[in-house]
Amino acid sequence: MRRLHRLRAWAFKCVSALALAGLWPALAAAANTAPVQVAVAANFAAPAKRIAQAFERHSGHKVLLSFGATGSLYAQISNGAPFAVFLAADQQTPAQLEREGLAVSGTRLTYATGRLVLWSKKRGGLDGQVLRSGRFDKLALANPRLAPYGAAALQTLRSLGLAETVAPKVVEGSNIAQVYQFVASGNADLGFVALSQVLSDGQIREGSAWMVPAHLHDPIRQDAVLLKTGAGHAGAQAFLAYLHGPAAQAVIRAAGYER
Amino acid sequence: MGGLPMTLATTFQLSPQDWQAIVLTIELASLTTLCLLILATPLAWWLSQTTSRWRPAVSALATLPLVLPPTVLGFYLLVLLGPQGWIGQITQALGLGVLSFSFTGLLLGSIVFSLPFAVQPIQHAFEAMGKRPLEVAATLRARPIDAFFTVALPLARPGLLTAAVLTFAHTVGEFGVVLMIGGNIPGQTQVVSTQIYAHVEAMDYAQAHTLAAGMVGFSFVVLVALSLLKKRQDRVLP
Repeated sequence: MRRLHRLRAWAFKCVSALALAGLWPALAAAANTAPVQVAVAANFAAPAKRIAQAFERHSGHKVLLSFGATGSLYAQISNGAPFAVFLAADQQTPAQLEREGLAVSGTRLTYATGRLVLWSKKRGGLDGQVLRSGRFDKLALANPRLAPYGAAALQTLRSLGLAETVAPKVVEGSNIAQVYQFVASGNADLGFVALSQVLSDGQIREGSAWMVPAHLHDPIRQDAVLLKTGAGHAGAQAFLAYLHGPAAQAVIRAAGYER
Repeated sequence: MGGLPMTLATTFQLSPQDWQAIVLTIELASLTTLCLLILATPLAWWLSQTTSRWRPAVSALATLPLVLPPTVLGFYLLVLLGPQGWIGQITQALGLGVLSFSFTGLLLGSIVFSLPFAVQPIQHAFEAMGKRPLEVAATLRARPIDAFFTVALPLARPGLLTAAVLTFAHTVGEFGVVLMIGGNIPGQTQVVSTQIYAHVEAMDYAQAHTLAAGMVGFSFVVLVALSLLKKRQDRVLP
């Protein structure tokens, strides 16, 4: 009876050891095929989803996207968030991460250049004249301190010599998504948003928009960078390469960005 | 900006804009507290006395802002206050214009947001009082309105105080609603909580720390004051 018990215990040990040995390659493989965690600036959410889907089909790597304001994502990354790749809405933040040793140097590259538009829900020819005419109640823009599109909007107003004139009518959103809300809900007549927000199938989805001439503000270059966490991750490197490749760039252009 | 705030500003390295935000926050919280004490007292009285079948519904409505995320309140306020929303239509018809992105709009939002924090302590105070004091007042031929002002209100004073402190503190801590309907206008809608958010987003952590630590200190003091208040009230009303 006792012998039987001992035998059973021995058999159990053998089976567990075998099971662990069998599991080991699977565990190792799981570490290698762990999903690529990508932090994405909120303005790039829609094209990022499309690109991630195409990349998953193309490469077999899984991608997990997290969206947020570039500043918030920076705070998360510098406090240990497990992101492998960062698609920022500006150039400064990836550069700063590189200086702080949180990003792999030499991997920074511009993946998209944003187009600023002045958008109104009213139909009919909108152009820069409306800003000069003053025939509007509220002008919404993203906080220039926080959002690259806000900074570009302020630069545009300065280039037009209108920054002081329109100042009493300016309301600020914390990002361009909020500016879009302000205009879409009718609380602001006009708002500086990204072309990508109001474009669908190559057309302005609703209302009217004025494409702000590119010479009125510095280009809104958005940089991607490989983070330290993703340094040894094959999927992360593959994703960055795919992002700069022709297939992803076609998606980016169709979404209202330039290269 | 006078001499004292300036020296304080240099001590704590607060920018003039931060100071403006602090002053505005205190203004907003004080006005919200005042308005809510006036509005919430009759509502709390009604809720504590009524046997109406509408009571559960009204009580739920008055508690709703406690459980709803500020984003829901902010979003609906934005829609309702806008030129197409029905509050927006009314304010425009009254010649007040559209209230989003204004101090008045923010005040309105804060009143809705902090309503449960004012109603509940007052209602509990009225309920804890029981029917007896008012019955005694009635036998002494006090009219109901007299009884309310000379008996019920003084007895509910601790509840009113708690309501005032909670409303003030809760308004100071308000963030989501302000972010969604404020528009970040200095001196109008830029309050301390949104200023902290802006500093963090702009990676200006030193400035964020100064304001945030101030917030922690303030909230701590408020809660200590509240518990001292409770102690005293227990002694007065055993």
